[in-house]
Amino acid sequence: MLEVAGVGKRFGGLTAVEDASLHVREGEIAALIGPNGAGKTTLFGIVAGFVAADRGSVRFAGEEILGLKPHVLARRGLVRTFQLVEPFAGLSVRENIAVGCQLRQPRRAAALAEAAAVAGRVGMSELIDRPVSALTIAGLKRLELARALATQPRLLLLDEVMAGLNPAEIAEMVPLIRAIREAGVTLLLTEHVMQAVISLAERVYVLNDGRIIAEGPPARIVADERVVEAYLGHGAAGRWPRRLGEGGAHA
Amino acid sequence: MKTPAIAAAAPLLALAALPLLLHSDFWLHFAIMTLYLALLGQAWNLLGGYGGQRSFGHAAFFGTGAYAAALLQLDFAINPWACMVLAGGFGAGAGALVGALSFRYGLRGSYFALVTLAFAEVFRIVADSVPFTGAGVGLQIALKESVADFQFPEKSGFYAVILALTAIATALAWWIENSRFGAALVAVRENEDAARALGIDVDRTKLWAITLSGALSGCAGSFYVQYFLYLDPRIAYGVEVSVTALLVPLIGGVGTVLGPLVGALALRALNEASSALTGGAPGLNLVLYGALLIVILALLPDGLISLGTRLRRAGRLRALGRA
Amino acid sequence: MLDFDILLPAILNGLSTGAVYALVALGLTLIYGVLHIVNFAHGSLLMLALYGVYFLYTLLGVDPFAALPVVVPAMFALGYALQRTVIATASHGREENILLVTLGLSIIIDNLALYLWSADTRTINPSYGFSTVDFGIAFIAVPKVVSFAGALVATGLLWLLIRRSDLGKAIRALARERRGAELVGVDVDHVYAMSFGIGIACVGAAACLLLPSYYVHPGVGESFVVIAFTVVVLGGMGSFAGALLGGFIIGVTESLGGLLLGENLGRIGVFAIFIAILLLRPTGLFGQRA
Repeated sequence: MLEVAGVGKRFGGLTAVEDASLHVREGEIAALIGPNGAGKTTLFGIVAGFVAADRGSVRFAGEEILGLKPHVLARRGLVRTFQLVEPFAGLSVRENIAVGCQLRQPRRAAALAEAAAVAGRVGMSELIDRPVSALTIAGLKRLELARALATQPRLLLLDEVMAGLNPAEIAEMVPLIRAIREAGVTLLLTEHVMQAVISLAERVYVLNDGRIIAEGPPARIVADERVVEAYLGHGAAGRWPRRLGEGGAHA
Repeated sequence: MKTPAIAAAAPLLALAALPLLLHSDFWLHFAIMTLYLALLGQAWNLLGGYGGQRSFGHAAFFGTGAYAAALLQLDFAINPWACMVLAGGFGAGAGALVGALSFRYGLRGSYFALVTLAFAEVFRIVADSVPFTGAGVGLQIALKESVADFQFPEKSGFYAVILALTAIATALAWWIENSRFGAALVAVRENEDAARALGIDVDRTKLWAITLSGALSGCAGSFYVQYFLYLDPRIAYGVEVSVTALLVPLIGGVGTVLGPLVGALALRALNEASSALTGGAPGLNLVLYGALLIVILALLPDGLISLGTRLRRAGRLRALGRA
Repeated sequence: MLDFDILLPAILNGLSTGAVYALVALGLTLIYGVLHIVNFAHGSLLMLALYGVYFLYTLLGVDPFAALPVVVPAMFALGYALQRTVIATASHGREENILLVTLGLSIIIDNLALYLWSADTRTINPSYGFSTVDFGIAFIAVPKVVSFAGALVATGLLWLLIRRSDLGKAIRALARERRGAELVGVDVDHVYAMSFGIGIACVGAAACLLLPSYYVHPGVGESFVVIAFTVVVLGGMGSFAGALLGGFIIGVTESLGGLLLGENLGRIGVFAIFIAILLLRPTGLFGQRA
């Protein structure tokens, strides 16, 4: 469904993404992990059309999409969320979600009604008529998810949708995301919360210094020496798997 | 669709019947000017209120419409009614031009305000310098009191026209609040990146809004020409029009359907009161405008229309306190 | 057609006016750099200061250049008070509202002046008004020479104040990051008002330097506000060197535009630069932030 090949991006003298290649199959949940500054958000931005790449190719549903604008991609079914939540601050939860609904629903009243259904899918039914300013971080994260879902995407890019949540909130979010996949949406997520990655993703890519250094099922990835060293530095490989067992460990 | 149409019909009919009740020219003029201000304010509101693109230079669109209306009938002998439609087109064109340039280059906030102001000033200097606008002397429309020439022997004729125009503008604002386009426009105002991510073509949305706003401003300009039969660069492109256009919705309530109407009424009443008090001394009514702008921003940042909600909330709180 | 003898004095006169534009623009850019607001009332305050200088001269016989020690502190105090009372209160700290508050202030000041002093254009005729200095290549009026030198000295003093003093340090810290400045104990409201006051003091100095070779009427600020914005935008919002260079460019453009196209149409050159810069390079020649 998504094929990223040899993508590179420099900001001034700084290389954000060196030579990244990955692919996401239809119907799966793939994850992109990596230490801070590895280039995950830039790569996401490139795929979703927010950042112009210097080179490489991004194909979505068989077609080259590099250089297309975000709103065009959204119409084709490729939608992202933001790590730092970007709500429509002056509007209610319902109105926020309805903006997403309007991508496929021309009628305003119908869009507002559909918004309620989408809110239900992410467990926000009770908050539907609250102003966004009244939401907690967890609420805002769900709203990001709901708005993106409302556009009826085929591929959803979730940028750190767990960041800033406490373990209980993460535990609630995991089944929500699984349910989205069950509904037929393919997912690519970047995530810091390893517990979530392990329980959600079927395949994991590890990005370090702008390159993909490992790929595979989560269990194999966390045991991969290169990965552990990328995160914790040389010689840290021995301690890594133990920390994973503690639950909610942050990579 | 049906209910709001019925809800709007009653006040519209009442307003249409107003000239039957108002026998004095003074009050009819008051009503005409109020509706004219509401039209201008609503034009600004579509772009600045719903779209969040606060222009300081709506005179650029108003003046272009006004000059189009005046010159087309003076130099090309086009019927003034047709001129009004064309003026809307010219206003829309001016809006599209300014919008295409500023949005394409990503101008927002203060930068957008300043560039619109600069466009209005450029237009004013040009109008002041080139011969075909009559330069500083201005343009005079010959008096021909016939309905076919969009000049009415009675003020009630002008009243009917401006009522229709303002009703259309108000209906547009209502449509914005209840349409996909309006939802996109508000989304752009609140957060451009998020709007983009959800499939909204941000630049095109803003461009449509400024074009629509320009069209309404242009119509207001042509109405001004027909009503006063005179135009010069300062009237057309001066700062006063730009300030009035933004002041009306700011006083009444930005980004609301009825805010510009409320603001226009308040501003016109204030204007009359101040000229009655000061004997029409030059400048004093504008001093009042400026002071009002600051007071409204300080005390009622959501405009007069928010007063209703505030009072209701205060009443409810008091009731709760008693219970 | 246009020979050197006409062009050169026009350029020198443009440079002299440009130095004063630069001074006005420096005040604007300082206010923008620190408070992140576009002070729309800047031109109106200049107009007010010009009237102050005018009345000091006509009523009390104070020479405009000698009025500097009175006008500059007075304008500083006015700026400080305006920021502390009206602007900070009415805008509730919302950036888009600050622009509107200063717009409201400019409307009030302009029209109060119109009411009090009528629309007449007023000039003064000091004894040295028509004396010239021979630069070998051209004759330049004495007031122009003095204002050029004065504007450069004032700019230098302002630069020293911002670069070398404790207040300057606090202003720069606040310009860079509000939260951090607060943490190290900077009195934010006070320093904001000081910055605004200094910015307006620049306008006071410019008024003293300008009046002997210029004129004053209630609408004079309106034309200045766009010129000052142009200079600031051209140089890059918040840049000192940019404001100076921008001032010279605009001064010369206006002077040459007036020579070639007539005074009225000549001003289009300034607006054309303004619009072009806003569209093509909104960071200006020296600006960093987009």
